[in-house]
Amino acid sequence: MPQFNEMYQGDQTRPPYAGLEAWMKAMPADLRIQKQAEAEALFRRIGITFAVYGEGGDPDRLIPFDMFPRVFTHSEWAKLDRGIKQRARALNAFLTDVYGRGEIIRAGRIPANLVYQNEAYERAVAGFVPPKGVYSHIVGIDIVRTGPTDFFVLEDNCRTPSGVSYMLESREMMMRMFPDLFRENRIEPVDRYHEALRRTLMSVAPAKCQGEPTVVILTPGHFNSAYYEHSFLADLMGVELVEGADLFVDGEFVYMRTTEGPKRVDVIYRRIDDAFLDPLCFRPDSMLGVPGLMDVYRSGGVSICSAPGAGVADDKAVYTYVPEMIRFYLGEEPILQNVPTWKCAGEEDLKYVLDKLPELVVKEVHGSGGYGMLVGPKSSKEEIETFRHKILKDPSNYIAQPTLSLSTTPTFVEEGVAPRHVDLRPYCLVGERIELVPGGLTRVALREGSLVVNSSQGGGVKDTWVLAE
Amino acid sequence: MLLLIDHLTRYRYDAPVRGVVQSHRLTPSLHEGQQVIDWQVTVTGGIAGGSFRDGAGDVVQGWSVKGPVSEIEVRVRGKVATTDTAGVLRGHRESVAVEAYLRDTSLTEASGGLGTLARVVEGEENRLAACHALSRAVSEAVTYVPGATASHTTAAEALEAGEGVCQDHAHILCAVARANMIPARYVSGYLLADAEGKAHQAAHAWAELFIPGLGWVGFDPANECCPDDRYVRLGSGLDAREAAPIRGSARSTGAETLDVTVAVLATQQ
Repeated sequence: MPQFNEMYQGDQTRPPYAGLEAWMKAMPADLRIQKQAEAEALFRRIGITFAVYGEGGDPDRLIPFDMFPRVFTHSEWAKLDRGIKQRARALNAFLTDVYGRGEIIRAGRIPANLVYQNEAYERAVAGFVPPKGVYSHIVGIDIVRTGPTDFFVLEDNCRTPSGVSYMLESREMMMRMFPDLFRENRIEPVDRYHEALRRTLMSVAPAKCQGEPTVVILTPGHFNSAYYEHSFLADLMGVELVEGADLFVDGEFVYMRTTEGPKRVDVIYRRIDDAFLDPLCFRPDSMLGVPGLMDVYRSGGVSICSAPGAGVADDKAVYTYVPEMIRFYLGEEPILQNVPTWKCAGEEDLKYVLDKLPELVVKEVHGSGGYGMLVGPKSSKEEIETFRHKILKDPSNYIAQPTLSLSTTPTFVEEGVAPRHVDLRPYCLVGERIELVPGGLTRVALREGSLVVNSSQGGGVKDTWVLAE
Repeated sequence: MLLLIDHLTRYRYDAPVRGVVQSHRLTPSLHEGQQVIDWQVTVTGGIAGGSFRDGAGDVVQGWSVKGPVSEIEVRVRGKVATTDTAGVLRGHRESVAVEAYLRDTSLTEASGGLGTLARVVEGEENRLAACHALSRAVSEAVTYVPGATASHTTAAEALEAGEGVCQDHAHILCAVARANMIPARYVSGYLLADAEGKAHQAAHAWAELFIPGLGWVGFDPANECCPDDRYVRLGSGLDAREAAPIRGSARSTGAETLDVTVAVLATQQ
């Protein structure tokens, strides 16, 4: 399978990487090893770690950081920027619609059962319109590249996409270790992300809020794998990081306990799942949430970001309809393409998938983190047969996609520099306005030939550059 | 008919609690079959939170009580004029898509013998006839025995036991309806105990099934009928938990004891 190398085409260096060529060549091996150790020590010291669900082991494992930046030209980014914002608008329009009149379903453009019988569809918020009509305030869109102008969206994350702290920390790290690089190359800054996030959250304060909105981040606690990120973002934005027990409902509002007494909270950036938000509305055994929160929310006393129910837009089966959403709500053609997807729920698709298993990537509809998936070309006959049985047991739980030949970028490995596969997750902010900082999280599959970039599966991260015009 | 309702729920806590938060579905639905003449909900020491009508048409009202308290009372008193609509829910404003009521919950999962029970209407083309047949089948399968089940008993468990209360009847009917791709929901409300003295509880529950052309229609397998002017409808959900008239949470570590008395009387004035 031909692979697109983002730095080299034949023996030519592509222009965006010209500035890195000399840097790479001038770096002696011992300096590289020294810098890599330095980076690791820094990451360890600031405490940026990634705990992996269900794998046991060291919950404070460091996510590997690769020092070789990934680079986009200004014009490459301009297209991505338009495509990402277009998608974020359509996803929010879809959510507004399916919790409202459901026009797209009435029009027969998406099947009713896919939406209304979806586990992520929250009946409790049907008919309720969140402030500014925004459901998904931080849209993380996973994108892969297969050629000079070919980008595909792998999946959308409309609930609480994580990883933005790695985007910010990777940049910080690179600037600290290689300040010259940032003088020699004109790189768009990403450090205004937290300001944009704060602005976005404040812009969706509820109608009952008077004066400057009070924003908090609600975390499930320090056992959560993304806890570092929760506290990091709270620090950057200058807002409180709270757990469910720090908040309480009194009358029409939600308050947080502070040393100076109760303080009203207007906007909650929650990093816990819908099911745990409020034991009086969802799971009664939830200890992580705030009893009565949903009543306050639905009567306009507080905003919750992302809005409860936003997950119905990022389900992997709903994903296949996003291009249709873009046409239906925006009257535009999709700028970024979907990966062709077969839904095993359909008989014809299922037959095709079972026939071509060795060539396909098969995923669980509700899965994430690279768990429970099959990468056909990288699997043994036995693994494929085991997976075939899993699919046959519950076809509607699976979708399949062609194995894409992800682009590679140079990556520091033991022997020096070698190409490794990468993807990209930018973080689009949706409030009163739509904002996107030029950059994102580039994940890299560190094992040679591996296409799985998830940090839970041995992936690492890189700094992502967008060059200024 | 004019119905007088007096519904008292008393919570007693072993140790004083730091606070209580509740979410109520305790206001009669707005529909052609019932008209509220008078209605009042009081919570001792309670501060009323936001109130709103949700997508299913239910009036939801939040309450919070500041601690320390060792006892609170929720009292509902009111007068409702009812008419018999043969179970058909007319003039009820709601916006939730009907298909959303095809989903199961852990309490209504169609496991165990529910699949077999659901098949009694196999081949029945007429939706209304199928709904009546399902309701009848549920009545026959489960005998009304107070105390035979608990609030967390699932539809499958109650069917297996063959005994239960109105909650179990409604859960089973929802489960077998959904298994036949008939949208179904659990409804909570009040019932005027009948003259023959059948001791069905005044705090009652039944199911509504969706019938194209008619809309939502109530079926009460516990009493082998469709709701009429003896019924007052409060709210609905996918199961008893979602439709509960009171959902609450106390900030405490101790145990709580609950006393409920409900009186529904018919009056001439």
